[in-house]
Amino acid sequence: MKKTVLQGVLGAAALAYAATAASAGTLDDVKAKGFLQCGVNTSLAGFSAPNDKGEWSGFDVDYCRAVAAAIFGDATKVKFTPLNAKERFTALQSGEIDVLIRNTTWTISRDTSLGLDFTGVNYYDGQGFMINAKKLSGINSALQLSGASVCVQSGTTTELNLADYFRANKMEYNPVVFEKVEEVNAAYDAGRCDAYTTDQSGLYATRLTLSNPDDHVVLPEIISKEPLGPAVRQGDSQWADVVRWTHYALLNAEEFGITQANVDEMKNSDNPEIKRLLGTEADTKVGTDLGLTNDWVVNIVKGVGNYGELFERNIGSASPLKIARGLNAQWTKGGLQYGMPVR
Amino acid sequence: MASQDIAGSGRESPGVSFLYDPKIRGILYQAVAFIAIISLIYWIANNTVTNLQRANIASGFGFLKGRAGFDISQSLVQYTSDSTYGRALYVGFLNTLYVAAIGVVTASIVGFLVGIGRLSHNWLIRKICLVYVEIFRNIPPLLVIFFWYFGVLSVLPQARESLSLPFGSYLNNRGIFLPSIIWGDNAGLIGIGFVVGLVLSFFVARWARKRQMATGQIFPVYRTAAALILGLPLLAAILTGFPATLDYPKLGTFNLSGGMQVKPEFLALYLALSFYTAAFIAEIVRAGILGVSKGQTEASHALGLRPGPTMRLVVIPQALRIIIPPLTNQFLNLTKNSSLAIAIGYPDLVAVGGTILNQTGQSVEVVAIWMAIYLSLSLVTSGFMNWFNAKMALVER
Repeated sequence: MKKTVLQGVLGAAALAYAATAASAGTLDDVKAKGFLQCGVNTSLAGFSAPNDKGEWSGFDVDYCRAVAAAIFGDATKVKFTPLNAKERFTALQSGEIDVLIRNTTWTISRDTSLGLDFTGVNYYDGQGFMINAKKLSGINSALQLSGASVCVQSGTTTELNLADYFRANKMEYNPVVFEKVEEVNAAYDAGRCDAYTTDQSGLYATRLTLSNPDDHVVLPEIISKEPLGPAVRQGDSQWADVVRWTHYALLNAEEFGITQANVDEMKNSDNPEIKRLLGTEADTKVGTDLGLTNDWVVNIVKGVGNYGELFERNIGSASPLKIARGLNAQWTKGGLQYGMPVR
Repeated sequence: MASQDIAGSGRESPGVSFLYDPKIRGILYQAVAFIAIISLIYWIANNTVTNLQRANIASGFGFLKGRAGFDISQSLVQYTSDSTYGRALYVGFLNTLYVAAIGVVTASIVGFLVGIGRLSHNWLIRKICLVYVEIFRNIPPLLVIFFWYFGVLSVLPQARESLSLPFGSYLNNRGIFLPSIIWGDNAGLIGIGFVVGLVLSFFVARWARKRQMATGQIFPVYRTAAALILGLPLLAAILTGFPATLDYPKLGTFNLSGGMQVKPEFLALYLALSFYTAAFIAEIVRAGILGVSKGQTEASHALGLRPGPTMRLVVIPQALRIIIPPLTNQFLNLTKNSSLAIAIGYPDLVAVGGTILNQTGQSVEVVAIWMAIYLSLSLVTSGFMNWFNAKMALVER
């Protein structure tokens, strides 16, 4: 009897210890379990949503696949955890997911007090407003929204920017706050609110899901900076490096013109920069120093393509969203996306 | 002396340990259990603190003093985005209390009426009440909330096509808009008149009861009280020259402005909780009334009391003794079910706390605050109901 009780307590203790120790070496843990657990949005067209075949697809989802490809050489070795705004950080802190790639804004308080580290910005965004132009004709600026009911998702930076913007412009408004993005969409679609606010990319994505998309317009004002990027648990630099350099690998691949189609050809390139990137340089240690194999970039590009391909396919001109590259163009083309040198 | 004897006899027969003394063994077991529970609690708390530190997550309740930065759609006290997180939680707490309090009152009234209706001699009333009870108590409360929110209130017309109601009120999918009263100078007198009316009615009722006990004469208490409670404020209003104007809702750019707005989130939650809980209360009331022996009713009829007074003076007071304890449970359930508000965006304690949890990342602290508040709310409610129950209990004369 005594023995079983003791065993039970020890078992529970070991379990609790195992759960907390998960943050020790995420890369090794991921390799050991054989797949990447990635936290994504529950439903945001173009970024993360199940497609008609029931598979997850989108810009953020492909980033998860890119990380999986870098680690395993196989972009399918990833499992997705759909999360709403409120659950996302807890899921990452508790070790339920390995990386959070869920259009999450990088802010100082999140970076410093939540036990998280952001590894880069995969999409530069800004907050905007959408209204039903058919019902509210004559409104063409967010500054005319005084007295409006505004639909917003709770626990987001959007909710805070909204309060700041109306306060700064001495306007009144009525927040209609929901926890789930689906509930916000439904309420806006039903006419419960006059305006919908979130990141502009999100507005374009949401507009597609409304009953009459053409009735709705996105107002020109951008009221905040929303740098969206992947986040990992703080205190595991090796793992943060893997996620960070996956992002830079995607950017560098685009910069050097390496695509999903020509990556095998490019391996024979004489350009030393491309050789370094694709790990074909003699005695290279770039990949192994990262804890991966030397052909990690080849695997990423083969698996999902380069940054530009990812963008066009999911949210750019080849998608229903038709978002322009804008701030997300390469630095050589006047944008902010800048892949750090692989050297 | 007796215990010395036992101890002595124990020493004389070796092989029988003091552990076999049932008294000592009982204490020992309890001590072991107590130490085990305390160490478990300590172990959990210690583990939490260590892990939070290891994960670099800030902890402690200092965050409550920080600026909230978000707005809340419905607030009973002054609140802006400049207020603190603590204030925001307080707003959420009051919203919970508000919907729970008026929900409890409505559920009790509806529940009593339906419960009595279930025992009516009228076939139609009896069956309508039966259908109501069976439908509402067999559907999960969340679905009832969705029914009211999405099924009833969302399909109302848009703001521009609001339905006109009497007295300058409107109904649309943003809720009910009522004219609000703007009090002028000396309006306080009307309030004073109302309070004085209430106090006087109380004393009149006490005096009338005493007189009826002593002489058997009946005094028209209800009519006098109504006259006092309504008449005194009216008198004050006439004396001060009606210092109140009505602010009617008018159509603005986006919505009706002015007046008073009852938001659909609140309405849906309030109606759903009231009607859901009323179904359970109806069954409790029916059981309570059936629990009073039929002889009581017959005796009362034999004394010449009509069915109304029989119910009011004989059956209900006895039924209440059966009704109150399970009624307490329903009040607690209603209060706790109000946390389902989060599904439709009513800013109750859980919704506001959830936002704070997300903005600050202080999950352990926020969850602890939630639990502490719901626990104290429930304890206060059941404390009050226990007191009420003791007061209503059979008193031996």
